[in-house]
This record gives sequence, structure tokens and C-alpha cells, in this order.
Amino acid sequence: MENEKQIKNHSTESILETANSLRWEIGENFHDELLKSIYDDASQISSRSVSIGGEKMRFNWEKSLDRLLTSRWTGFPIMLILLMVVFWITITGANYPSGFLAWILIDNVHPFLKGFATGIGVPWWLDGLLIDGMYLAMAWVISVMLPPMAIFFPLFTLLEDLGYLPRVAFNLDHMFKKVGAHGKQALTMSMGYGCNAAGIIATRIIDSPRERLISIITNNFSLCNGRWPTQILIATIFIGSLVPAGIAGLLSASAVVAIALLGIALTFITSWFLSRTVLKGEVSAFSLELPPYRPPRILQTLYTSLIDRTIFVLWRALVFAIPAGAAIWLLANIRISGISLAEYIINGLDPIGILMGLNGVILLAYIIAIPANEIVIPTILMLTVLKAGLNGIGEGAGVMFEFENLAAYKELFAAGGWTLLTAVNLMLFSLVHNPCSTTIYTIYKETKSVKWTVFSSLLPVIMGIIICFFVAQFWRILGLP
Amino acid sequence: MANKLPTGCETCPVHHTGNLTKLGVKMDNFNYVVALAGNPNTGKSTVFNYLTGLRQHTGNWPGKTVTRAEGGFSYQGHKYKIVDLPGTYSLLSTSTDEEIARNFILFGQPDVTVIVADATRLERNLNLILQILEITNRAVVCLNLIDEANRKKMKIDERQLSKDLGIPVIPTAARSGMGMQELLKAIGEVARGEYICRPHRIENESRKIKQAVNRLVEQIEKAFPGLPNSRWVALRLLEGDQRIIEAVRSGELGTLMPAEQRESIAS
Repeated sequence: MENEKQIKNHSTESILETANSLRWEIGENFHDELLKSIYDDASQISSRSVSIGGEKMRFNWEKSLDRLLTSRWTGFPIMLILLMVVFWITITGANYPSGFLAWILIDNVHPFLKGFATGIGVPWWLDGLLIDGMYLAMAWVISVMLPPMAIFFPLFTLLEDLGYLPRVAFNLDHMFKKVGAHGKQALTMSMGYGCNAAGIIATRIIDSPRERLISIITNNFSLCNGRWPTQILIATIFIGSLVPAGIAGLLSASAVVAIALLGIALTFITSWFLSRTVLKGEVSAFSLELPPYRPPRILQTLYTSLIDRTIFVLWRALVFAIPAGAAIWLLANIRISGISLAEYIINGLDPIGILMGLNGVILLAYIIAIPANEIVIPTILMLTVLKAGLNGIGEGAGVMFEFENLAAYKELFAAGGWTLLTAVNLMLFSLVHNPCSTTIYTIYKETKSVKWTVFSSLLPVIMGIIICFFVAQFWRILGLP
Repeated sequence: MANKLPTGCETCPVHHTGNLTKLGVKMDNFNYVVALAGNPNTGKSTVFNYLTGLRQHTGNWPGKTVTRAEGGFSYQGHKYKIVDLPGTYSLLSTSTDEEIARNFILFGQPDVTVIVADATRLERNLNLILQILEITNRAVVCLNLIDEANRKKMKIDERQLSKDLGIPVIPTAARSGMGMQELLKAIGEVARGEYICRPHRIENESRKIKQAVNRLVEQIEKAFPGLPNSRWVALRLLEGDQRIIEAVRSGELGTLMPAEQRESIAS
């Protein structure tokens, strides 16, 4: 047996030796020659079995569409217009169903539950924790997030199904090359618009570890599902209300597009910075195939975007919102010498917040929302009520609530000391801050490195603080509202 | 029962429509392993979803599937485990997705490799098909998107193609389910060894390469008798592929024998 093994070892080693010596004989361009012989065979075989009939004209519409969508002059404007249209439909379309859901869940079901709880004699703290904390958090997430997602995701999936995303990647490819990153980063960036964790898993298509890290670190600059609703809502309340109602939707949509574009710009700047400092190296080449345009299957698209995306994201938001609702209620109702815990924290964070053009409420909301970005807005609302002591508008300490119209939001925010600057900086900070816990965990799983996980988590939040700080200072120097 | 002649209806693949049971992620006690390979964006995940009833996210862009997805289905009384591999243009480079695909076809020893090809881009897809046929001799080409090819007035002679490649070629339109019964039938036949593949091997290499390959093949076959892809191993060794050099050195290559031989040893 031992002997046999030795013979085997001997013969395998001799195979490797022969291979080594033959490798020198056949020369350097073996790989290319082999590829060429494969290509030759492939073209021989395909020429024998493929025939193209009919007039060639049939191809042309695809080609001319590609020329239009990927041209230097029309590619970017079309991209912007498409994004604008998608957001405009989302913003204007989501208003009514949102109001309707709020009317059912908050104006009707909530009082009913409260009445029922009082009726059967539930103690005030349990009733508050369960109904005012957890139930309302859930109701809020559903009424605010479901309608925009149910409109946005099918539209986005439709664009994806049509084959538009690779054209976006094609348009952005040479820009990525210029900043020293991989062209495929355009694809992983697009994936990030759905979910950053998914975008980070998608970076596996990038071979070079250097370029892969760049695309992982910058993926956070793609606004994800959890952040679109924040952007859309704040833009609608503050930016849209600057102009007459007729063009408010259009202006809010442009504000959201501007934030998304800023995200792309930050992706380029950060990639450029990284590839010239900590992640130096060559840019690797790759080929990107523009897939054919395919007629989208409308029903399938509706199904997958509703089940896979909308319900999935909504479920995740609910899972995180319910405990967060409880936490907020507790923070607001546990009092030390008459002042709630939440107020202590908010007052502590306020100086830093104001320096950044934000406030303590927003910073605390971001800390509470680390598990899921989706619940930033509900948390901010509840904490604002608490701090402003506006018991006339909100329901009670630690209660998340909903308004029937946008004017009520604005009134509340104004009472909480909000200005246009607060709104703009909130949108900026929502774009540039740490990734959510799921994304951080995914980064760790993909990189297997604590160092890069910490780096990718801290870099954006530091950038966000710097950006907000400078915007606030300039805003105040210029004396803007 | 063996004597009973099948009726015309029974031999028609459409007759067996009821025989496909989508098993989702239930993959225990499978009889055969099927690998799904192919260029990016040819519809591998659509085929996968059709067969397993799962809903892997599909999308019209290359590189959607970066991990290996697994599922199961049962057809005509046999259980199959099916593995959706990442889409690649070749198996000759060393990126993660290509390595996942190649290592599975080589070391995972699937009973059938279904190569999903885009009928409208056959020539480019053939590059990968030919490379896969160097590694395995149990394969089926799923000539997908045939509806698109028809719309573009392209005619593909699948019989000629099947003859040239030496494996079954099934035109399909997985999005609408067209041709899937025929595909299942072909998978079954290759898995059970009823259809003996005579895969095309690359012919157009230079004389110098041919000689070098032949010398190596001789030695490899002596050390690993019955190895189905000695020619491909030789090509990889000439290229200096570390993973394959390792497999030769450790003797792992010796475990890669044809399925029938493995079965006879097991029983």
C-alpha cells in the first residue's frame, strides 16, 4: 500500500514536471492561442446551424435606442428624466393611499384599541407600551412606507426588467475608470438603490480585491429602500411647500433626484480618494454586455416587486419598528426628577446637532434607527412632539402619530424649531451616514475584516458630519432662512 | 410491462406535463445532481425557478446570480438536485464567479450539466459551451430565448448543432415555459445514461499545442485511469492553473471518475 502510494506520487510529480517543461516549449501566447482555437471552433459550429432571414431592418430599433440611451449627449439627460418621472409618480401617487391608511390605522383603529384596553382595565403603562408604543410604530411604518414602496418598486423593477440598468452602468463606466475604480461598480451601485446589503453581496462580480473594497465602502452612498421614504417625505413637506401646489410635486421630485445625484458624486469622489490613498492600484478591464431589451412581464414584475421587495422591506421595517416603538415610549416615560430620559439625551445632543444644522432630536433618532433606517422619520416625529411639549398636536408622551395633511407636519416641525436648513441637512445626513446594522454585518461577512468593516461604517458618518457642518455654516453666513 | 409498446401520446414529452413536481428547497435523497451553467443573462435563474418552483430573483442584467443557489425537483419518479451556477463568459480566468462555476462542474461531478445559451448570441455562447464540454461529457444545451431569436428572424438548426456538439440541444423559451418538458426529458435521458453524449472537443489548436497536450494526456491517463477530462486537465496544467496542479498532486483528481464507475465501486 505504502509502495503503491509512492508510485502514485512519483507519477503525479512527473506529470507536473512534464507540464512545466512543455509550458516553456509552447511559449507565452498559449492562452491566446487556446482562446483563438475555441473561438474558431465556435464560429465554425454556429455558422453551420444559424441562419438569419428576413430584412435586417428589424434590428435597427434596438441599436438606435441604445445609441440614444448611451450617447454622451443624450444618455445622462434621459437618465435624469427617467429618475424624475419615477419619483414624481411615486410622490404624487403615494399621498392619497398614505392618508387613507393613516385614517384607518391611526384615526380609527388606534382609538378603538385604546377604548377597548381601558374597557377591560389594562394598566396605563402596559396599554401605553403596547398600543401607544408598539402598535402605533407599526401603523406609522405601514401607512408611510407601504404606498411609496408599492409604487416605486414596481417602476424600478420595470426599468430593470427592460434592461435599462446595464445602460446606466455603461454610461457611468468611463467615469468609474477615471476615478480608479472598476466599471462594474456601476452595477453594484445600482443594486444598492434597492438595498445596500444586496449591493455589497453583488460586489462579488468584481475580481480585484482592491476595486471590490472600494465598491463596498462607497455602496452606502446609494440611497436604499429605507432612506427613500425619508427623502421623499422631507422633500414633500419642506421643499415642495416652497412653491405653488401645481409644481410642488415636480420640485420635490427634483430635490430627491438631486440628493441621489449627490450620492453618485460622493461615490466618485470617495472612490477617487481611496484609489489614490489607502487602496492604490491599477484599474482592471472588463467587458460589459448590453443585454437585449426585453418586453417586461407586467404581472410577474408586480408580483416580484410586491412580494420580494415591498413586503420584504415592510416586514423588516416592522420587525425593527415595533421594539423601537417600545424603546421610544420607555425613553419618553421613564422620568428622573420630572424630566424624561429622552429629554436628557436630546438636550445633551442638541449643541452638536445645532452645530451641524440639525438638532438633538434628529441625532437621537439616528441612534435609535441604527438597526433600520426605515424608522428614522417616525422616531423624529415622536421625539419632536415630546421636546416641543406640544401636547395639543401629538397625542401623549411617546406616542407615534400620523397627520392627515402635510401642513400639520410643517406646523409641528416649526414648533420643534425646524427650518429649511434642518430639512436640507436631514436629507443630506440621511444620504451620508453610517450603514444600517444589516449592511455592516454583510460588509463583515464579505470582507472578513474588522478593520474594513469599521472603516466603511465610520467613513460615511464622519463625512456626513463634515458636510452638514459646512452647509450649516455657509447657510448661516449667507443668512438663508 | 416492459413488453407494452408506448402509445404515440406517451412518447410525446408534453404527455408528461404532470410528472414534474417542484420540490423547492427540499433536496434530500436525490438521485441525480444537475448543474445549470451558461453565459450571464441567458435565463439560468428563470430555468431554475421554473424547475424548482423557487423564486430566485431574476433580472435583465448580467451578474444577477453571484452565489450558488440550490433547489430540487422530481421528474418521472427520480429526484434531482439542481444547482444554479453564476453566469460566466469563460472558465479560463480566475475570478470568484468563474471559479465557483468551474470547480462545481469539475469537482462537484454533476450527473448532467445544463448549459443555458442565448439563442440570439449563439456564437459567443458557444465559447463557454465548448469549454464546458472539455470538462464534462454529460451535458445538455438549453437553447433559451428562442422566441427572441424567432422575432429577429434567426433560424437555428438545433439538430445540426446537436450533431456538432454531440449532446442534446433543446430550444426553449423559459419565460413562457416553452420547451421545458423536452428539456426535462433530455436531462433525464442523459442522467440515466440513455443518451450517450459524444461531446465535441476543440479541434483548431496549433500542432505544437496538440503535441504537448497528447504527451501530457498519455501520462495523466496512466496515473488516473478513466478520468473523463484528461485533455482539459492537460490544458490547465500547461496554463499553470494552481487549483488543478494541487488536485493532481493531492490525488483528488483520481476521485473524478465517470458516474457509472463510481456507482459500481459503491455497490
